[in-house]
Amino acid sequence: MGIFDHFMNLRAVYIHIGWFQISITNLIVIIGMLTLFGLALFLPFPGNKKKGQK
Amino acid sequence: MSTSTEKEMWVSKLRKGWQKNLPIEKLLPDTQPAYVASWIYLFGVATLASLGMIIATGLWLSFEGAQWYHTSNVGHFANSMHFWSVQFFFVFMVVHLWGKFWMAAWRGRRMLTWITGAFAFVGSIATAFTGYLVQSNFDSQWISYEAKDGFNSVGIGSRFTVTNFGQMLLLHVAFLPVIIGLITLVHVLLVRAKGVVPPIDAFNKELGERK
Repeated sequence: MGIFDHFMNLRAVYIHIGWFQISITNLIVIIGMLTLFGLALFLPFPGNKKKGQK
Repeated sequence: MSTSTEKEMWVSKLRKGWQKNLPIEKLLPDTQPAYVASWIYLFGVATLASLGMIIATGLWLSFEGAQWYHTSNVGHFANSMHFWSVQFFFVFMVVHLWGKFWMAAWRGRRMLTWITGAFAFVGSIATAFTGYLVQSNFDSQWISYEAKDGFNSVGIGSRFTVTNFGQMLLLHVAFLPVIIGLITLVHVLLVRAKGVVPPIDAFNKELGERK
């Protein structure tokens, strides 16, 4: 049994605030997607230099 | 023998329409407008790449079988590759969706592109859910027995029987992938035909005004 097998056998941990409930795993995925979206918007694209830039 | 007075055949109409709306230069372009040079425009093709990996690993699993992917090391690897390609497929598709939503990518007669994308998204969710039902382990048994109550409560349990392994397997490996494949093909062809949507603040000759 490796570390991943052990991890997969654990119960999901939830954040529960009033009516709102979400598993930590789903929260990580959503934050990851938002981060990816933000990075895609703001990171410079290689070769995309505006006029006047060197 | 055909004459000019004869009614034009549907094949001829189709060819002319295709050549007019999607000439080979549009179908296989080697340049894109300057505004496409941004990371946000890569998520569509990243979704397509993930779909390719899903299909390849899915075929691999189908040929080797459930015994293999449950017990052998290579089988576990193929199984994980299939699972993780699906995860990345959805992550990339959601970021693609967000990007296109905030670009209002349905502008410039691109409504059908937006609609086919929405259908592809919903269809992919259905396909992924049937995948959870056909793992052939206790997880899929648990999920199907929980899901059947939901489907029965809305009155479609007799047609869409989540505990019917054969039905779910055929939906997952045949019917739904074919539907997703066709929708994706139409979606990509529409993107090629209409071109990548310009930024909202860019002057667009096609629209004839600032939008």
